[in-house]
Amino acid sequence: MDNAYLIETVIKVVVILLVFSALAGIGTYFERKILAFMQRRLGPMNVGPFGLLQVGADGIKLFTKEDIIPTNVVGPIFKIAPVITAATAFMAAAAIPFLPSFTVFGYEVHPIVADINIGILYVLGVMAIGLFGPLLGGMASANKFALLSAARAAAVFISYEVVTGLAALAPIMMVGSLSLIDFNNYQIENGWIVWSQPLAFILFWIAAFAETGRTPFHLIANDHEIIDGFGTEYSGMRWGLFFIGEYANMFFISFVIPIIFLGGFGDGTVLGAFALLGKMAFFFFFFLWTRAAWPDVRPDQLMWLCWKVLMPLAVINVVITGFVMMF
Amino acid sequence: MEQFNNRNVADNGYFMVDIEDYPTDGWGRFKRIIERTFRLELFVGLWVVMREMIKFDIHTISYPEEKMPIGPRYRAVHEMKRLWESDAERCIGCGLCEKICISDCIRMDTKIDEESRKEVTEYTINLGRCIFCGYCAEVCPELAITHGGEYENASDQREHFVDYEYMLTPIDTMKANAQKEFEGFGAITPHEDERVTKTPLSY
Repeated sequence: MDNAYLIETVIKVVVILLVFSALAGIGTYFERKILAFMQRRLGPMNVGPFGLLQVGADGIKLFTKEDIIPTNVVGPIFKIAPVITAATAFMAAAAIPFLPSFTVFGYEVHPIVADINIGILYVLGVMAIGLFGPLLGGMASANKFALLSAARAAAVFISYEVVTGLAALAPIMMVGSLSLIDFNNYQIENGWIVWSQPLAFILFWIAAFAETGRTPFHLIANDHEIIDGFGTEYSGMRWGLFFIGEYANMFFISFVIPIIFLGGFGDGTVLGAFALLGKMAFFFFFFLWTRAAWPDVRPDQLMWLCWKVLMPLAVINVVITGFVMMF
Repeated sequence: MEQFNNRNVADNGYFMVDIEDYPTDGWGRFKRIIERTFRLELFVGLWVVMREMIKFDIHTISYPEEKMPIGPRYRAVHEMKRLWESDAERCIGCGLCEKICISDCIRMDTKIDEESRKEVTEYTINLGRCIFCGYCAEVCPELAITHGGEYENASDQREHFVDYEYMLTPIDTMKANAQKEFEGFGAITPHEDERVTKTPLSY
């Protein structure tokens, strides 16, 4: 392993960490603004112009708050749980190509930390490990409602892993590779996968809401008990880490959906790069849009939807794809 | 006026909503799911919030900078009025307000001045006790004490007093003919005409 590669990778890791930590903060600003506009409110207005510095104010508040470890909690697990959520969210970013490769000072940069040959499997797998954040956090909290929420989160995450995996399986069969770069290159030659796999696209999109725990499937926060689910006992930056993890996950899944189904960054031009960012912005906006428009579903409806509707559809889709490819 | 005299509002515009029976068997439930899925009901909700965002008809009032117009009937911190003719204080020190106050929050002292007229020397209202019932304004024979629209009277103490000088219309305001007269207990809020709607009374 030569030094240039090592330095490049370290720089890329640091850049991704910084950019997406900041984006997670700015994401909360966008969420509050867009939700407010959709509900005829103004949202944050007082800190900075149009409330833009609200993110900084929230950050200061989270960082300087007292870190409370309540009595009766299982200390080490309680402390490590938020780190798992945030860390797995950022680890998933390692195999995502954020932009096409470009040249800086005669040095070609690939904006992907590691183009591993199991890219999509790695991304989905690491995002699935993120389940342990809410689960362990809720179980260690010594709080019945946090435990309920953790159980609910575990059920949702594990169920929708099945849908995500099966929905992604059909495009994987078509491309014949698990690397997201290969997905992109396949779509340059054969057109966007969404045209040949519309059902897989919709299923993957629906499952993305469950994977990130966003509103139609926002069961991990116990809104009906008016507490914050598994995060009830958390305070300060530990709670903030859960939050950063959730928003980072939203951004990463918003990158993954266009890369798999909507042509990714195309043939590597500047236009393609901006197109990818635009698609990502649309999917992120859609997360906020549904939060303003749709109610949450009940846990039993969620399970019903997963096992009786989405999973059979995904299986049928995989079978049909297989037959079409065979003949 | 004609449109408000017509009370038969139920005849125009109201209708019975056609509510289907809930499906009882599995096939009925399946049909309902298919119907709801392909009628794209979810997108109606999405469109509604998007429409509101595009219209950008924001209802928020940024409170300390902007304030809602307050109705003349509103009973907030008291005001003491002056006479229009002479700019003299209207209060004649009769003590009726002190007497009628059901929460005992008005305290006044008077003396006979050199022109042998009654003069108010001390007059305080404890806003911590005042329940803003409006009896003092109602009983006042001279329309001297009234309620004003100043509702920002948060205090860091339970006892929070306003005195005579604080409530009295400043002489500069009086000279500029800017004293606001109390419009009476039946007065309506500004722009209330535009908000009047018909009460459905067809029964």
